[in-house]
Amino acid sequence: MVMEIVCPAGTPAALRAAVKAGAHTVYCGFNDETNARNFPGLNFNRTELRDGVNFAHQHGAKVLVAINTFPRAGDEGIWHRAINDAEICGADAVILADLGLLDHASRNHPALRRHLSVQAAAANADVINFYAETFGVKRVVLPRVLSVPEIAAINTETDVETEVFVFGGLCVMAEGRCSLSSYATGLSPNMNGVCSPASHVDYTEDHGVLDARLGGYLIHRVDKGEPAPYPTLCKGCFSAGEKTGHLFEDPVSLNAEKLIPQLQKAGVTALKIEGRQRSKSYVAQVVRNFRAAVDALDAGRPLPEGMLARLSEGQAMTTGAYKKTWR
Amino acid sequence: MSDPQIPMPYCPAVLAAGLRALPLAPLSLSLTVFARKIAKSNPGLFNRLGEYDRTEFVLDPVDLPIVLRLNPNGGQPKVKLTRRHTVASARISGPLAALLGLVHGAFDGDALFFSRDLVVEGDTGAVLALRNAIDDAELDLAAEAASLSGPFARPVQNLIAFAENRTGLCLTRPEDSAIW
Repeated sequence: MVMEIVCPAGTPAALRAAVKAGAHTVYCGFNDETNARNFPGLNFNRTELRDGVNFAHQHGAKVLVAINTFPRAGDEGIWHRAINDAEICGADAVILADLGLLDHASRNHPALRRHLSVQAAAANADVINFYAETFGVKRVVLPRVLSVPEIAAINTETDVETEVFVFGGLCVMAEGRCSLSSYATGLSPNMNGVCSPASHVDYTEDHGVLDARLGGYLIHRVDKGEPAPYPTLCKGCFSAGEKTGHLFEDPVSLNAEKLIPQLQKAGVTALKIEGRQRSKSYVAQVVRNFRAAVDALDAGRPLPEGMLARLSEGQAMTTGAYKKTWR
Repeated sequence: MSDPQIPMPYCPAVLAAGLRALPLAPLSLSLTVFARKIAKSNPGLFNRLGEYDRTEFVLDPVDLPIVLRLNPNGGQPKVKLTRRHTVASARISGPLAALLGLVHGAFDGDALFFSRDLVVEGDTGAVLALRNAIDDAELDLAAEAASLSGPFARPVQNLIAFAENRTGLCLTRPEDSAIW
């Protein structure tokens, strides 16, 4: 069975590009704080989602709607409406993280398939089985802190489908629990749907030297000709004592393309590509690359060589925690 | 889609030199008419700009002796060409090929930022909104120009295709290749 490629779409155009490039499944979100990519100019209104779902279904692809932030007390209605509207628009599943939302969805929308977001940081079989037994979760997106043997161990102890990230921006913290962005800007991916919100980012270039500031803090300085990173604190370059360096992680992207056969043996159902904030050009190139890889694997052919370095943050790539060489 | 491994082409020096001699006022007026034609056929583009639909943007093709000031103006865009660098809320600089490639969806904006082909200054949120709105609009400037040319549409298309071929600039929207 071909492994499922789950692709990002930040706009209707990106959704169509993903489907045309061979995505089995596309995930997207509404244009508000109910999803973890609440960036300016991005995401779908209700009409766009309905049209996008129709387009995907006409071409044999599925659409998942990420409603994966944590509702604010007193404003739960925004998140409840998002689940309701996703079902009305014909979404194939919703991706949720909050326990209360999972409970709400299972009680009020029992026919709507529920996936557990990476934002829930469910990293062992016991907690995954709890989500399945209590809220009927059918699939879990595993956090990016697990090795391949750990993923295999989880799959031997659960019937819940597992989905893992294979390409794109790399959160190095436990998702859903990271407060770095909130510390610098007051806004976080967990509550507001934005990590390093653009409104708090400032770039200045002087004689080829690029400074990036987040919330007023200088977090990167790169020389002329050096690749630029995203302005996130977890990939920031810090000075402490006499040392200066990337405290948490270098600015790199995840690329687990070469681990796809091992992930398949570990029982993984679906491969997820990060990047709803990226363009349709990125979506088309990455999807085409990974679709060719899983088709080759299914046909017993060698995996094709990828060409994705230029699309990667810092123009460098890592296999992250899948191989435990990662710090 | 364009091959991301191919280096970014620079605008031919002769074209840049020619722009030094041209009067900018009638060019600005023509570009405003052109932008309003695009606005009329792509209202979703301005909806996507949201709170930034009246932000003043400077688009700075670093290989040309001019910059372009764009004010979306709530769906009635205004374009002004100037010879000097001017202050605006948000600025996007890069080779003309990169800017045109972004408009036509041939390049990924983040990848151009990583490679330093594109420089962003000022209101980063506004820049992000503009980039996302344009990416979703799936614009084809050549097709828009041809549709404004009445009986001369075919010669205009041929001229644009010739210019694209000679300069390496992305003047049209690349075809999406479908695999289904």
